[in-house]
Amino acid sequence: MPDTARRPVFEPSAPNPYLPQVATVLEVIQETHNIKSFRLRLDDEQAWAKFSFEPGQLGQLSLFGVGESTFVINSSPTRKDYLQFSVMRAGEVTSALHGLLPGDKIGLRAPLGNSFPYKELKGKNLVFIGGGIGMAPMRTLLLYMLDNRTDYGDITLLYGARSPQDFSYAEDREDWLKRKDMRTVLTIDSPAEGWEHRVGLIPNVLTELKPSPENTVAVTCGPPIMIRFTLQALEKLGFVPEQIITTLEKRMKCGIGICGRCNIGEKYVCVDGPVFTYAQLKSMVNEL
Amino acid sequence: MDMQGKFIPRAQLDDWLAELAARFRVWTPRRAGQEDSGAVVYLPEARQPELNRKPTESAKRVIFPRSEPLLRFLRKPDPDQTGQKSLELQVPDADGPNLVFGLPPCDARGFLVLDPVYAGVKGQAGDSYYLRRRSQTVLIARACSRALTTCFCHWVGGSPSSTEGLDVLATEIQEGFLLQPLTPQGEEVLDSKLLLSAGKEQMEAAQSAWQAAEKTLGPGADMQGAQEALRALFDNAAFWQAEAASCLSCGVCTHLCPTCYCFNITDEAVGEKGVRLRSWDACMFSLYTQEASGHNPRQDKAARLKNRIGHKFSYYPELYQTRNACVGCGRCIKSCPSRLDIRAVLTKALALSRPAAGKPETTAPATVRPAAKPKVNKPATSKPVAAKPGAAKRGKEASHA
Repeated sequence: MPDTARRPVFEPSAPNPYLPQVATVLEVIQETHNIKSFRLRLDDEQAWAKFSFEPGQLGQLSLFGVGESTFVINSSPTRKDYLQFSVMRAGEVTSALHGLLPGDKIGLRAPLGNSFPYKELKGKNLVFIGGGIGMAPMRTLLLYMLDNRTDYGDITLLYGARSPQDFSYAEDREDWLKRKDMRTVLTIDSPAEGWEHRVGLIPNVLTELKPSPENTVAVTCGPPIMIRFTLQALEKLGFVPEQIITTLEKRMKCGIGICGRCNIGEKYVCVDGPVFTYAQLKSMVNEL
Repeated sequence: MDMQGKFIPRAQLDDWLAELAARFRVWTPRRAGQEDSGAVVYLPEARQPELNRKPTESAKRVIFPRSEPLLRFLRKPDPDQTGQKSLELQVPDADGPNLVFGLPPCDARGFLVLDPVYAGVKGQAGDSYYLRRRSQTVLIARACSRALTTCFCHWVGGSPSSTEGLDVLATEIQEGFLLQPLTPQGEEVLDSKLLLSAGKEQMEAAQSAWQAAEKTLGPGADMQGAQEALRALFDNAAFWQAEAASCLSCGVCTHLCPTCYCFNITDEAVGEKGVRLRSWDACMFSLYTQEASGHNPRQDKAARLKNRIGHKFSYYPELYQTRNACVGCGRCIKSCPSRLDIRAVLTKALALSRPAAGKPETTAPATVRPAAKPKVNKPATSKPVAAKPGAAKRGKEASHA
């Protein structure tokens, strides 16, 4: 008998991976002129009580009639009052999301993808390097670590944006700047009136800060050009590719490794990522 | 299992299909246009299948439709909160069992490529829409009586009479079809009073039909090392630009392909009601990977062709540790408006990866063997490829000849 009996099995009770859960928008925060954060929770109380995720995982937000887009959950699993997503207005779905008001219904498929290796990072010093909206995935891990502060070594945050008006998370920033158990450095691309922090591109400021690579892991996210030069700066500072973690963004649809568009060679950002070490990226085909 | 074959006289074929149509939605290859013109497509019509011409499209749409609703949504005023709307999501009812009669064996093998993807990769949930349909679809292929010049199933482990993935193999012999069951589902559909028991002579007639078909295949190729060869060529932009130069990015290769399975998800709504659709997409389209920021990881058609061929012969076999994601149906060659030939690209890629350049007497591409009879299996010792260790092995692809 040839191998013809290998018909895949269908389990009628298996979950439908494309069916979003209905959630309600609790709060909308205008972060910058083009970034809003949305806080939401699932309507189904049982599902909400059971919902769990790990820092770095993704969610698909659905606006029915417009479409679905992928965003990182940027709240921390240690703070369970809501899930937060930050959305930069860029295309159709993000523009429509910006019209949401508290009380509106939205669809959510989450959690998707892998997470930051937050357990393996215990005992390490951390350098977070976030550029623009790239601060969103940093935030979830940073908040998680601050809520489990004794598990981790020194924490440095370098957060850069084009101008003072382009920083998100005002409340968090105030806290991060005040905290004695972390070092926070903010930078903008070019001088602005009343700005009390650094001026300069992120890779340059990073080089000036000169964090020691010893027992340290760098976590970075931002626009592709920033990432490229930040990786160079980190390597010059002595960080090896295994010590550098980033989180990728690609156009996604299914979020479960089927539909095909977020592949980098045989890897799928939606299931193998979004979090990769620089060492992993180097072993993959060069198609970011 | 009882492998006793059955026989149906040609004149009774439509009666049997009609009988099956009571239990299944029966799909057959049919002319889309007038009598002797137009494409041959799969239609849910249980009569007069077009069996003299290879279907223009693959049979994948039976299990993976061009477009299908994933869910319907409806917003209503919320009775509990003034000004707010409630949201209702409904999953459409599943359709019943399908049966395809008359697909070529390569189309059935195509489903074997799709299966591991849709069954769920790396612990992810499986695709319930695909799996439900797949588990309820019976495949009755018709052995090909001859290969087209574009056919290359024998490059990738297939043959004109491959039984892989089939429930029943039908072979056209004198005045009718020999029907051989290959699965319990196949046995079930052959349980009909319209079918006669097949005799030894009919079995022999089928066997010579298979052998005759094998002889019509073009030159074979040794695909060993294709995965590594394509990987090694990834950063060779000049190679891919040259190969993709004639590509029009029309996407016909992906749409007719039995193993291309990419899709898009889009919403359509009127007022407060709408539907979320899953529709075929194509990695050959420039917008496929275009991000809202404007960034596009596969900006030029060279990068897109590289992805399509790379996926089939490198990424897929690497990820699923299995066969190539190509069944050699040749539709992408036959229907390409600019005559892009995937066989030529593969042959060049393999030649570049094999250190055969030092043998100037070789004029033919290193990978192409003479148009031999596949049954004979005479080692092609005169070819440089056979001199390489491991070249005689068939790799991961098993011969079903």
